[in-house]
Amino acid sequence: METFLEEVNKKIHGVPLQACYHCRKCTAGCPMTKHMEYNPNKVIKMIQNGQRDKVLNSSTIWMCLSCETCITRCPNQVDIARMMDVLRQMAIETGVGAREKNVLKFHEAFLAGMKRGGRINEPFMMVEYKLKSGDLFSDAMIGLDMFMKGKLSLLSPRTKDMKSVKNIFEKTKNR
Amino acid sequence: MKVSYYPGCSLHATGKEYDQSMKAVSRALDIELKEVDDWSCCGASSAHSTNFDLSIALSARNLVLAEKDAMDVMVPCAACYNRFKTAEHHLKADKDLKAKIEGVVGAKYQGGIAIRNPIDIIYNEIGIDALAAKVVKPLAGLKPVSYYGCLLLRPPEVCQFENYENPFMMDKMMKAIGADVKMWSYKTDCCGGSLAISKTAIVVDMCDKLMSAAKEADANCVVTACPLCMANLDMRPSEGKKLPIFYFTELISLAMGLPGSKDTFKSHIFDPQPLLKQLGLI
Repeated sequence: METFLEEVNKKIHGVPLQACYHCRKCTAGCPMTKHMEYNPNKVIKMIQNGQRDKVLNSSTIWMCLSCETCITRCPNQVDIARMMDVLRQMAIETGVGAREKNVLKFHEAFLAGMKRGGRINEPFMMVEYKLKSGDLFSDAMIGLDMFMKGKLSLLSPRTKDMKSVKNIFEKTKNR
Repeated sequence: MKVSYYPGCSLHATGKEYDQSMKAVSRALDIELKEVDDWSCCGASSAHSTNFDLSIALSARNLVLAEKDAMDVMVPCAACYNRFKTAEHHLKADKDLKAKIEGVVGAKYQGGIAIRNPIDIIYNEIGIDALAAKVVKPLAGLKPVSYYGCLLLRPPEVCQFENYENPFMMDKMMKAIGADVKMWSYKTDCCGGSLAISKTAIVVDMCDKLMSAAKEADANCVVTACPLCMANLDMRPSEGKKLPIFYFTELISLAMGLPGSKDTFKSHIFDPQPLLKQLGLI
């Protein structure tokens, strides 16, 4: 049976996590460490140790901003940002779900909006996120201000060939 | 020169000032823009955070459409730029993935056109001297810090941006249009944009830190080339911390005295007009 480390490496499809010699440069440059349950270096160590449930259940993987400072500075080109994407995708696919629920709800609202019109209509996407997350009133004043300044258009043009966009979603669906 | 133009979703909505000023500046610099036919969203953070194949296929659909025009494609939004460069990188490096994604998109990806951001095009194709020659109103008194953010630069082997830890192209452009650009150490720090809606409190702190650093550098505004940084820095900092935030193209347009150059300032969330009036620039 494949170990957790082997599984993650296969999905990263690049430099294997064994190349990490734990210099912690990723962690030194990460803007989110103080909000993370485990820092990026610790996540690599936990994967090497096979701590699958702890990693996939952690809030860390959802707090990563994908700013890619980690891979930029890694002396061994370990793609830690891609690793975080892989771990999020594994958490979704295996039914573990997201420890930081609203982060995933935002992604779902964004992609649902795209599936509808091919392009993101920000007001509709925000309404969908608010209904999903229950966070109804934050940003209401900013939203109104943006609307008054013409930055939120209710009738933005859509992609015409929606069949091709929907086809992409259908054919890449998470099993 | 003539290039394909991929505006992306932001430039039609929250980032409309970028679209308007980009078009005005391009016209003035003889860069003809041809919008990519029937483009769709690049998928942004939400696709790559949850589904790798989806993220590559959504970008590939747009790259295939852009290839029909057989010209370099200008991608002003840093997030779309990053997604396209990432898709290009994976599709060129991995034959199996390319075959799979072509099956999903239903078209062949040639990889024959260059994906370019407007900083690169203006700096390398037009040049600083040609830009400076078109200035009619130098932006005296304006003291910006240049903020490049994450997505134009990282990862470096994908984005291939110059000096990814200390880029200078936007700084040189600001100097060329008469602004007194300030040095600071936060050019490439993350503003937290991708979690601005779902983790707002954390992101407010990140924006506040950037604004304080800009003020410490003696800046009176911030200039950016990313609609997500713009939206985030324009609306998220706490009261009393805020500074006017500009797209670099808005400032170029103003310095060139282009028609409509003052209009885009009206839709910023934090009004930059008092500063510009005080400096006699509008």
